[in-house]
Amino acid sequence: MIAELGHFALILAFLVALTQGTLPLIGVHRKHAQWIAMARPAAQAQFLLLAIAFGCLANAFINNDFSVSYVANHSNTHLPTMYRFAAVWGGHEGSLLLWILMAAGWGMAVASFSRQLPDEMVARVLAVLGLVAIGLIAFVLLTSNPFERMIPAAEEGRDLNPLLQDPGLVFHPPMLYMGYVGFSVAFAFAIAALLAGRLDAAWARWSRPWTTAAWIFMTLGIALGSWWAYYELGWGGWWFWDPVENASFLPWLVGTALIHSLAVTEKRGAFKNWTVLLAIAAFSLSLLGTFLVRSGVLTSVHAFAADPSRGVFILILLAIVVGSSLALFAWRAPSVAAGGSFAMISRETFLLMNNVILVVATGSVLLGTLYPLIIDALGAGKLSVGPPYFNAVFVPVMIPLLFLMALGPIARWKEANLREMAARLRVAAILAVLAGIALPLLMGSWHFMTALGCLLAVWIAAAVVFQTRDRLRTGNPPPSYWGMQLAHMGIAIFVIGVTMVGTYEEEKDVRMAPGDTVAIGNYTFRLIGVSEKSGPNYLASVGEVELLYKGKHEKLLHPEKRQYLSSTMPMTEAAIDTGLTRDLYVSLGEPLDKTADGKPDFTGAWAVRVYYKPFVDWIWGGCLLMALGGLLAVIDRRYRIGRVAKAPSSAMKVAA
Amino acid sequence: MNLRHFFAIAAACVAIGTAHAKEAAPLADDPVAEKRLLEISAELRCLVCQNESLAGSRADLANDLRREIRDMIHAGKSDAEIMEFLVARYGDFVSYRPPVKPITWLLWGGPFLLLFISIGLLINFLRKRTHTVTSTELSAQEQQRAQQLIDELPSSKKSDPTP
Repeated sequence: MIAELGHFALILAFLVALTQGTLPLIGVHRKHAQWIAMARPAAQAQFLLLAIAFGCLANAFINNDFSVSYVANHSNTHLPTMYRFAAVWGGHEGSLLLWILMAAGWGMAVASFSRQLPDEMVARVLAVLGLVAIGLIAFVLLTSNPFERMIPAAEEGRDLNPLLQDPGLVFHPPMLYMGYVGFSVAFAFAIAALLAGRLDAAWARWSRPWTTAAWIFMTLGIALGSWWAYYELGWGGWWFWDPVENASFLPWLVGTALIHSLAVTEKRGAFKNWTVLLAIAAFSLSLLGTFLVRSGVLTSVHAFAADPSRGVFILILLAIVVGSSLALFAWRAPSVAAGGSFAMISRETFLLMNNVILVVATGSVLLGTLYPLIIDALGAGKLSVGPPYFNAVFVPVMIPLLFLMALGPIARWKEANLREMAARLRVAAILAVLAGIALPLLMGSWHFMTALGCLLAVWIAAAVVFQTRDRLRTGNPPPSYWGMQLAHMGIAIFVIGVTMVGTYEEEKDVRMAPGDTVAIGNYTFRLIGVSEKSGPNYLASVGEVELLYKGKHEKLLHPEKRQYLSSTMPMTEAAIDTGLTRDLYVSLGEPLDKTADGKPDFTGAWAVRVYYKPFVDWIWGGCLLMALGGLLAVIDRRYRIGRVAKAPSSAMKVAA
Repeated sequence: MNLRHFFAIAAACVAIGTAHAKEAAPLADDPVAEKRLLEISAELRCLVCQNESLAGSRADLANDLRREIRDMIHAGKSDAEIMEFLVARYGDFVSYRPPVKPITWLLWGGPFLLLFISIGLLINFLRKRTHTVTSTELSAQEQQRAQQLIDELPSSKKSDPTP
């Protein structure tokens, strides 16, 4: 009964989306104030209905209603309650329901926090979101209904994929989806502005905080996913250029370009067409990501749901979104004014270079991700495009961007003076070169790429510090300034992490009997013993490993190897001692000795893998700083000042 | 207890301690070969896994294949030879580094082509743009008209308080 209620709410949400996607647009066109006024309540109703649908599904999971086939396939009575709830988005249908719920949440937020915007604008934006919702809800209803009954009901559910039984599942997908669907707001603003024929600074200012907010979620979602993979998959990597990872990285890259391009459009009125294109691209890549993940064209660790008919649906949806928005763009764009003028050397130019590089980087990742699919589809053989390729093309493209990051923020709008900028960055340059020489030597060995990484990170960090100091002389800058510098600092810290762990990580694969030790640098791991433990739905072998620093006791670590009842694949739960300058990582492998009756001997030797990972946490720390920077930019008061405040805010821009 | 006894006991303790806590043996006997194995297998796909490298995988087939590679290293084969052997056996799919051949020219060249085209477009755009900048300078007459407009502004507008 409750599942039917959820299904019914979903159908109602679809009908509301139909209303939301059409009436306000017609209202704006015909100047019917009442139809325009429909937009906000429709967005709220849509969110409410989808929240009800989601609640019904969650209820089915928590109460183990195995007559719902989605629940029976992804849950189990032994599953802890937290994972029963998170299992709602542990499979294809439920993740899409979460997806459209979040999209409606963004719509609701726009409806609630846009009191200062003109009603026509809000109506258009919400209508575009409504149109998107029509497509997505239809997708769920027609191809991926999570409420489908199974008669007779299953006695017991299958289990949730053991890989997903981790707190990572509770946080990573919702964050990432918030980011993915968040770009639909930037898209809706762009389309609304195109429809209105009003691509102006006001449009850019309105869409900036929304774009940045989506970008924050995206950043956190990707970082969480990377961290989850790091501790869950047992090989200690943080990024594998997996197609699914790339699918989330592509909109992030374009979103980053969009944030910077919006800055120019807001402050100088330039690059409007370009900004609109980026907004369309960011959302299209989000949809493409959905297609790649959900259609089953990829085989990867994330492909826990696959069905070709769904792929075709998303592909058509993608074609409609991209096709219609580009057609609209082609129709409206020629009439857009070029905006403020600027010289060859100016902040505008630097930001344009940022955009060009980010777009080229996006193109490269996209090419590498789609290439094997295209080759395969053409029947020209099977090909793997993996980390060696992406590192070879992505890194060289990004190096100039990192170099330019220190220059952009001090370049003046309209016309910048290179000599003056060079003078301001002299000390940063000296520090950077010194760091490039010294840091690798301090770590033990000097390599060119490592030196370059250190050099660029210190170059950016020093530039951030000196620029902020100079800026403070003329008074306290607005939060968005702090946001920018903090996010750039995040990049510097991220680069240090990537460089250090890439060069100096150490790995040892050893055979350890209780009492044995293995040393990496100043650290020693000693296996005390391995014991058996039973969890709610798994059996685990739990190792007890003592970590010693220069011979002194530091910590006890407990790596686990779990055998879930529902799965044949053993899962590793690595134990990690996290530190500011290094992680020590132990994962327990197979038992190597057997007892007389052929069972694994717990008191015998085990395969154990230990890693020393210098500065690895800086990778996620850097991402956290980027997100925090984004947050500061969003809360900047100037985005919440009403329509009247346009003039003063342009005065603030000169100061910034 | 005199000092000699103490030292004797201490030495015995150390001896027992070290005998008990022996340095764990690497799974492979040759760490140098192991390092090479790690480097090679990081670029290989574990064929039975869902996009996992051979270095990261713990599947049986991956273990076997690693053993085979280890044997080849001991047999004195170079990295390139080992790669060649595996590609010959399993096809290009096994290698995460796509080979450079006509069908992958676009793959390898694409990003750099894209970069050069973009830089070309950027320079072209900036040139045009700076050109329009010079042509939009105000004429003396327009300058005068602008000044006139500014002067006509009510003085209250100028001191509009900044929120």
